Amino acid sequence: MPQHQVLIIGGGLAGMRAAQKAQELGMDVAMVSKIFPTRSHSAAAQGGVQAAVSDDDSWEAHAYDTIKGSDYLGDQDAIEILCSEAPGDIYSLERMGVVFNRTPEGKIDARAFGGTSVKRTCYVADQTGQVLLHVMWEQLMKSQLKVYSEWFVTELIIEDNKVAGCVAIEIPTGKIEVFRAKAVILATGGIGQVYSPTTNGLVVTADGQALAYKAGATLMDMEMVQHHPTTMKANGVLLTEGARGEGAYLLNSKGERFMEKYAPNMKELASRDVVSRAETMEIREGRGVDGCVFLDLRHLGRDLIMTKLSQIYELARDYANTNILEAPVPIQPGHHYIMGGIKTDVDGRTWDQTGSNRWAGVEGLFAAGECANVSVHGGNRLGGNSLLDTIVFGRRAGEGSVGYAQSNEYIQFNEEQAKKRTEDRIKELFSRPAGGLRSANLRNEMGTAMNEGIAVFRNQDGMQKALDTVRVVREKYPNISLDNKGKIFNTDLLAALELEYMLDVAEVIGVGAVERKESRGAHAREDYPERNDAEYLKHTMVHKSDDGSPILGYMPVTMTKWEPQVRTY
Amino acid sequence: MDATFKIRRFDPEDKQDPHYEDFNVELPEYGSVLEGLLDIREQQDGTLSLRCSCKSAICGSCSMKINGESRLACKAMVSEIKELEGDLITIEPMGNMPVIKDLVVDMDSFWHKVESVEPYLQPKGPEPEKEYLVSNDQMMTLAVAMNCIMCGACVSDCTVLEVDSNFLGPAALAKAFRFAADPRDGAQEKRLEMYDQPDGVWDCTRCFMCVQACPKDVAPMERIMDIRSMAVEKGISKGRGMKHIQGFINGVKHSGRLDEFGLARKTYGFPLWPFMLAPMGIRRLLRKRLPPIFHKSIAGAKNVKKIFENLGV
Repeated sequence: MPQHQVLIIGGGLAGMRAAQKAQELGMDVAMVSKIFPTRSHSAAAQGGVQAAVSDDDSWEAHAYDTIKGSDYLGDQDAIEILCSEAPGDIYSLERMGVVFNRTPEGKIDARAFGGTSVKRTCYVADQTGQVLLHVMWEQLMKSQLKVYSEWFVTELIIEDNKVAGCVAIEIPTGKIEVFRAKAVILATGGIGQVYSPTTNGLVVTADGQALAYKAGATLMDMEMVQHHPTTMKANGVLLTEGARGEGAYLLNSKGERFMEKYAPNMKELASRDVVSRAETMEIREGRGVDGCVFLDLRHLGRDLIMTKLSQIYELARDYANTNILEAPVPIQPGHHYIMGGIKTDVDGRTWDQTGSNRWAGVEGLFAAGECANVSVHGGNRLGGNSLLDTIVFGRRAGEGSVGYAQSNEYIQFNEEQAKKRTEDRIKELFSRPAGGLRSANLRNEMGTAMNEGIAVFRNQDGMQKALDTVRVVREKYPNISLDNKGKIFNTDLLAALELEYMLDVAEVIGVGAVERKESRGAHAREDYPERNDAEYLKHTMVHKSDDGSPILGYMPVTMTKWEPQVRTY
Repeated sequence: MDATFKIRRFDPEDKQDPHYEDFNVELPEYGSVLEGLLDIREQQDGTLSLRCSCKSAICGSCSMKINGESRLACKAMVSEIKELEGDLITIEPMGNMPVIKDLVVDMDSFWHKVESVEPYLQPKGPEPEKEYLVSNDQMMTLAVAMNCIMCGACVSDCTVLEVDSNFLGPAALAKAFRFAADPRDGAQEKRLEMYDQPDGVWDCTRCFMCVQACPKDVAPMERIMDIRSMAVEKGISKGRGMKHIQGFINGVKHSGRLDEFGLARKTYGFPLWPFMLAPMGIRRLLRKRLPPIFHKSIAGAKNVKKIFENLGV
């Protein structure tokens, strides 16, 4: 049985950063990832990473913008950490080799982004996430980190509410292995495929959230799901906010810059929830074309586009058949990110280490990145803050896991039983008669319902309908059957296991959404259009009961020095 | 829009030899090959295995041979392929790597080669407190090489790897360039010596296949040539590849045309050249294709020399 002091599940930016830190502090660390680390969806982040590195900026200003962006649902102690530690982390990434764009003085340059008061987004053209991800991977090669690449985790092993290890399948061989660890860090990313369409990759299937939820941890503010304002209709692929940061316009079918109406000061650079709502209003009121409005970059000129936005030039050419030098590209809001996630403290712990049990957690289990919720994004994340979240809180979770692993022993458990649970589950899936339902169709049914009911604008009936559909799909789940019953690279099997994860998480999103009877951040309700601080300035907390049903609770938001204000851009 | 995919199937658990199967797919107007493959996997045959994730040419998972050329399936638009290459689209796993199943290949050797070029910054002296002060141009030159998403298309189509699996290959060497050219790196000399070794930059035959295959315009071959230039300029490169180039230049500079015989002598040096070249010399003599032993200049060779001098070569 492979054994490591710290085991990291997920090979994206947060996982690699956590691994790097834990290893640097002397731990025996390994990473388990269902894909080769550079395939992680962190690579798709285009526009940049926020940090107050300019002389005319301060971390306090960054914190204020983030808190305002979160619609005051973010925990301010966590946001202070995120923003005050950001410059140090960005500098250390630069020294590792990130080729940030530079100012004429040779310093790290920053561009404008949505919801920020100054230019604060450090960037590498429009490939920032990819470069960050590859540089972190370089660091792991340098330190010879043990990576279990293409291993899919089927369960966390929990003994007396403490994490003891996990079970995983080696995808290329079908081998099932039990891993023992003192501390486990989940860094599996978002929930993208719960929605259809989504900007997220096909591998983004809520694995970590579902594993943690099943193990007894709390999922917090899961109703806070972000739709990005500029995605392409054909396949949901993202066009960076950096385009608007560099000065691109949003136009309706009449050629009007409609954001002037909705956000007179910030216009196109209002925060994402605001822009997505404005676009939806324009489309609903008949000023769209085929469900889209337009992103116009023509006035930026060829030089700027080809040097700073070359990737989106290619994406628009390939997937929207549009030359952005010559024509506006049709775009629409599309599912992009989840602010909610596994509840953690500022060191990545999923349990309440003060001992006062303010929320349900699992000792020794940590989480970081999109699968976690610290919470720094609250009701709406600012562009450029997710890469930062992975870097800062990935590092802190790595540090936190070391402290825990040093003061705790390996926990004994029945290895054979753990292995058999996964074997039996696969055997059961394989034994189903042919000709049953196809898991992809169930996934689409769930995804479409979620995108109709719990998206840019929401109301009671729509959300309830989405939640009901998710539950109906779950009832149908036992009727799916697989074509592929082989051991080697069986993606048919993975799709079925992933769907089970996503259904759990979709239900939690729905349960929280229906019960938040106000409008805050991405949760914009037509039936409750106002923010209601008196009743809902609090986190939605959901954990699993013994019978498998979700238990809903709430927890106060941590405030330090920023009082809630009316939010305008 | 409909299309027919002819897919190479292989399952090591199955007794069948590798074979081809045809599938018909129905796609939206701007559908990609990947969308077609996903439709097959999800609706027709769940036993089909492939790697894929981002659908937007950034994760590097879905590289495969499409009509014989290595491309990203998510970036290969079916309508374009049908128009330019015909209705039947043949899809096979990447080359120069063993097949695991269907369109999935074993990339272990690919990753090991990347790792062998020491692909991480090795700074010189104490690190700055904040960031290194470097120019935007210097960083953007490196960003071109950092565009590489490690998809493997260049390695799949590399003609040298086809005959010599020890060659480091275009992806690893493009990554190597990214560090050799980084002003923040302190190990340039060591790196150039390392990449100058056998199986390194001089094994490239400049066939351009990697440039054509690369979906991210990294142009790996150009990066290999960049490393060669750096190694020559630093006086690190003393091998045959370098001598071959110098022989080429000298010959044309002084006589206006290629001096094949002199080039061979220069490349291999005395006393090795007669032994190295005798077998080929005899074969060429028998076919009456032996280059002239006494090389003659072209008319106006002096003007050619002036061109070289004006270029500072």
